[in-house]
Amino acid sequence: MPRIELHAVDYLILCIYFLFVLGIGFALKRYMKTGADFFLSARSIPAWIAGLAFISANLGAQEVIGMSASGAKYGIMTSHFYWVGAIPAMAFVGIFMMPFYYGSKARSVPEYLKLRYDEKTRGFNAISFAVMTVFSSGISMYALAKLFEILLGWNFHFSVFISGVIVLAYISLGGLTSAIYNEVLQFFLIVLGFLPLVLLGLRDVGGWHELIRKLNEVAVGRGFAPGTMTQSWAHTGSAAANPMGVEWFGVVFGLGFVLSFGYWCTDFLVVQRAMAANSMSAARRTPLIAAVPKMLFPFLVILPGMIAISMHYQTKGTFLPMENGQPNYNMAMPVMLGHYYPAGMLGLGLTALMASFMSGMAGNVTAFNTVWTYDIYQSYIRPGQTDQHYLRVGHITTVVGILLSVACAYAATQFNNILDFLQLVFAFVNAPLFATFMLGMFWRRATGHGAFWGLLIGTCTAAIHHGLTLPAGTQSGIHGGWLGTIVHQYPSDMAQNFWTAIFAWTACFIATIVISLATAKNKTDDQLKGLVYSLTPKIKDHDLPWHKQPAMLGLIVIVGALILNVVFW
Amino acid sequence: MKLDIRMPMGLMFVIVGLILVVYGAMTSSDAEMYKRSLGTNINLLWGLVLFFIGALMVVLARRAMRDGTK
Repeated sequence: MPRIELHAVDYLILCIYFLFVLGIGFALKRYMKTGADFFLSARSIPAWIAGLAFISANLGAQEVIGMSASGAKYGIMTSHFYWVGAIPAMAFVGIFMMPFYYGSKARSVPEYLKLRYDEKTRGFNAISFAVMTVFSSGISMYALAKLFEILLGWNFHFSVFISGVIVLAYISLGGLTSAIYNEVLQFFLIVLGFLPLVLLGLRDVGGWHELIRKLNEVAVGRGFAPGTMTQSWAHTGSAAANPMGVEWFGVVFGLGFVLSFGYWCTDFLVVQRAMAANSMSAARRTPLIAAVPKMLFPFLVILPGMIAISMHYQTKGTFLPMENGQPNYNMAMPVMLGHYYPAGMLGLGLTALMASFMSGMAGNVTAFNTVWTYDIYQSYIRPGQTDQHYLRVGHITTVVGILLSVACAYAATQFNNILDFLQLVFAFVNAPLFATFMLGMFWRRATGHGAFWGLLIGTCTAAIHHGLTLPAGTQSGIHGGWLGTIVHQYPSDMAQNFWTAIFAWTACFIATIVISLATAKNKTDDQLKGLVYSLTPKIKDHDLPWHKQPAMLGLIVIVGALILNVVFW
Repeated sequence: MKLDIRMPMGLMFVIVGLILVVYGAMTSSDAEMYKRSLGTNINLLWGLVLFFIGALMVVLARRAMRDGTK
């Protein structure tokens, strides 16, 4: 593909962004005096900042590049990740789960598991989460360096170095606060950097209706009914009828319920942002405020992909670069940037892209810091030290975390498949986790043994299901089927993912209940106060103005998501 | 909070906006360059948008600071 030429003005904009990122770190340095300042932002972040950081931490490279690629490949059905997936889960975590996370004063998600269940459940979650964050951050770094190498001809080592050093500098200086502030900056940069792209693209294809008409031709050209690229639900009656290869039950239960709730409600990467909020009310509003822009993101990240694929067909397959006879969907967003932006705006667009990679990386590093220092180091390696000691450990952990990410980025250049495989393993760990939390928060009889073994059984079920099934048109191995016999063939990777999650969640849910009933309670009702729904005094927020009531905000975002689903049905 | 994030964020968008406006004005006669953005001088236009959004953030931050010290 043709390289994008950068001019001096583009580099100038990129440099100004770097200066401000580092400047924010320096400005915050003098407030970083205790462990609580560094790891928890001293629980002092206002709701709107925590809310924007909440989505920005998730707005990494996977989101911008991946969702536009998905938009090009599957069309508007990609919006299920938002309007069925993220929004209901975000409303749920704000209204129902945050009272326990924030109210328990746990400093991390694994610590909540220790308070609610026992040490081994926390250890399992802490270790798997710590490994996962380092790999995610490394993969982010690898993707950034690879993309900039192809797109701009930048040296791979240089990209790894510059992104690593900048993230290291601003987290070391300002801790979690610095990461959160920069995430807010990145949020605005991403929105303002990509919005003109969507507007220009839409104008170029001739408006919304023209886009639909062209995408219908694309769909027919691929052997599907017209409308499969532009209608989100109408073709989900059977998996074979839509390009994503999924049916409505897999979408609602697998993606909407298990995967999304598992991610948004239990992943410390995002939950940490809400835990840093300055009050219970702010913590509960964090995911709800985040849900509003999240709901509109499909127009920012999926739509460019849809525009790109319609352009690709219109130009007889020359718009996107080809790879093995298929368009390289991952290049949808970068190609759009290069196609529509002149020098100047191009600098802004690339800065936004860089920001999305760095926010994903920084989010992982800060979450890793806290989990390593509090849940692993303080719990198992050296307990009982002073706060200053743990603060120093946090600083060292930042350096080590970044170095490990760099190592992973280089490992990815050598062993791409191993990293894919590791990500798969983590998906197995994450899918059943929501069952553990749901039972923990809403059923006081759930025990430590029940949680730990339930989680393990759920994880194994996910692995076995994956090992016995295979998506159509793939070979045994990383895609599944590695247990020898293939029991079932799924129409697509996506369908297999959704069903792996459904099986894992159900197994964990049932196993936790059965084992809990068979084992003695390990916590008294008194110990579970503030951790379990039925034993916690209800929060009264009727005297708050409506825009500060979590239930009211939750209702608004759910209705908003419903309307969007109906409009794009 | 001790540092109002709207201040550095606003300043950054003001500066980047100004750069785009100036660059857009300097290149406005270059029709070839703006073919990409369908004939619109997107630098000038979007630079203005960024400038005003940034300025708004700075104003809000200053107002909050003034109210805080009262």
